[in-house]
Amino acid sequence: MRLPPPRGAAVSEATVLRASGVNKRFGGLQALADVGVTIRRGQIYGLIGPNGAGKTTFFNVLTGLYSPDSGSFELDGRPYSPSEPHKVAEAGIARTFQNIRLFPEMTALENAMVGRHVRTRATALGAVLRTRSQRAEEAAIRARALELLDYVGIRRYADFQARTLAYGDQRRLEIARALATDPKLLALDEPAAGMNATEKLSLRELLTHIRNDGITILLIEHDVKLVMGLCDRVTVLDYGKIIAEGTPAEVQSSAAVIEAYLGGAHKPPATIGAGA
Amino acid sequence: MTLFFPTLRNNPKAAFAATVTLAALLIVLPFMVGAMGNAWVRALAFAALYVMLALGLNIVVGFAGLLDLGYIAFYAVGAYMYALLASPHLTSNFPALAAIFPGGLHSSIWMVIPMGAAIAGFFGVVLGAPVLKLRGDYLAIVTLGFGEIIRIFLNNLNAPLNFTNGPQGITLIDPVKVAGVSFARTLDLGFVKLQSVYLYYYLFLFLAVVTIFICVRLQDSRLGRAWMAIREDEIAAKAMGINVRNVKLLAFSLGASFGGVAGSMFAAFQGFVSPESFSLMESIIVLSMVVLGGIGHIPGVVLGAALLSIFPELLRHTVVPLQEQLFGRVLIDAEVLRMMLYGLAMVVVMLYRPKGIWPAPEHGVNPSSNDKGKAGGAPAAA
Repeated sequence: MRLPPPRGAAVSEATVLRASGVNKRFGGLQALADVGVTIRRGQIYGLIGPNGAGKTTFFNVLTGLYSPDSGSFELDGRPYSPSEPHKVAEAGIARTFQNIRLFPEMTALENAMVGRHVRTRATALGAVLRTRSQRAEEAAIRARALELLDYVGIRRYADFQARTLAYGDQRRLEIARALATDPKLLALDEPAAGMNATEKLSLRELLTHIRNDGITILLIEHDVKLVMGLCDRVTVLDYGKIIAEGTPAEVQSSAAVIEAYLGGAHKPPATIGAGA
Repeated sequence: MTLFFPTLRNNPKAAFAATVTLAALLIVLPFMVGAMGNAWVRALAFAALYVMLALGLNIVVGFAGLLDLGYIAFYAVGAYMYALLASPHLTSNFPALAAIFPGGLHSSIWMVIPMGAAIAGFFGVVLGAPVLKLRGDYLAIVTLGFGEIIRIFLNNLNAPLNFTNGPQGITLIDPVKVAGVSFARTLDLGFVKLQSVYLYYYLFLFLAVVTIFICVRLQDSRLGRAWMAIREDEIAAKAMGINVRNVKLLAFSLGASFGGVAGSMFAAFQGFVSPESFSLMESIIVLSMVVLGGIGHIPGVVLGAALLSIFPELLRHTVVPLQEQLFGRVLIDAEVLRMMLYGLAMVVVMLYRPKGIWPAPEHGVNPSSNDKGKAGGAPAAA
């Protein structure tokens, strides 16, 4: 099964997300200082950094959970202001959560169907009257949700309660649910957290697959090995500032990155990312 | 017909037979209990009314997971709306209005039902809008306050301009009239004579069935899924693009509109409304129906409403005669006993059936809790 091509221009080099001059301050802590990223269509873009570097803050600003102090955003060529989380999904950024947030009592299929909410229109009246368009839409929602479960490889658990799925499958379901919103950008917050080596490998395959089908991915990850093997471009944050940006190879050889991860003469030692 | 019997989804014939049997039973039921007196038919009519109320509250509490302790306010709004639009109260207090309606205010049921739904729905939005950010206990307290505000308003809006007639309430409310047939009089169909209570019972039964129909369809729709998603994880629901504010408001206003219709029917049935019918206790009783029956589960809620509305009637008719027989006088008032048994029922249900007497079946397969799942194969570790 193929994901539909992203809407809009078919120019492969088009910029999907451009964020610049993003600042966010929590009291005395400058969590983000003049952070900017440019993500091109079809890329897997990695955002890494030691603990407390501001990765998740940036992620939450981007998805409307926090409001930035300043900064400008452009999504698919249009100015975009991440004001409220539900508008973010509508604009075309779908996210997953570091600590999985599925709808635990609903089935896997229903979880994916909820993802279609933002792209469907049936009203309460349509639901009560079971109009022709409502029935057609409902069938389309179901079909698409099943397709996506198949795509991420958990179709056989469609009728299982989400909370009963294995950990790796829950991650996959979260990705399927996010894909159901027809995102321009799929933002994954530490998808490999808590996964064993086998699960990480199959996650890597899945993400490559999604990228090859034309969905752009923003990946926040602790696992440096995974990021380096998977991402097309990487931004490294430390203390809220960008310290390196480039291809994985460029970033790996950057002195600033090595210092941030392994500690330099004038900084407190930072934690080494798992698997580094 | 599978709508009313979802477990018979794969067997439409059985579902049809079950529906017809149940319908026939509900139609002859008043004649069966009517032999013991009209009070029992009246109790049945009230049961149908409470089914509407409980199902309306179930949309808010069960589907969307918003604890509402002031639900009875919408019932009050519907009741007073009908009372004002179909009684001599307004015209006798406002001569200007009497000049416009020389024949007095009499509203048709076809106007009153949609209006009751609309006005109560509007009040649902008015209440919902400021409290959307609150959750759980906090929401319960604020809605409780809202319910009390409405009751106190009704109690005091008799001066300087007399809108509600204060604690005395409004009397002489028109009975329901459908196609020229007044529900206050006995209807002679030739083969059977239907007294007033029977007519109301059938009307309320019909409205309750319509309510069930609407609830079932709402639950099994895009909106129903959105409600459940919000109930399960609000942040994840937002991230999936659900406009939580609007969807919650919709739950509030849809739930309230059922309360409004039930209220207007209550006013027509009683012919009299006063603020004391809409106390906090009533809100709690309707909530108990939802919780005891099976929160979020439509058949459970219907059962809860039927049980808790018939039960006091049963008590009233047995406790007093029984005590008079046994002791020669009444030692414990039926009302006191009722509250005691309510409390006991609450404790017992919460201990042994925390999800209600007839709880909602779990969605889908849960391999750890039922055999069907094991037969289908437990998920292999990925």
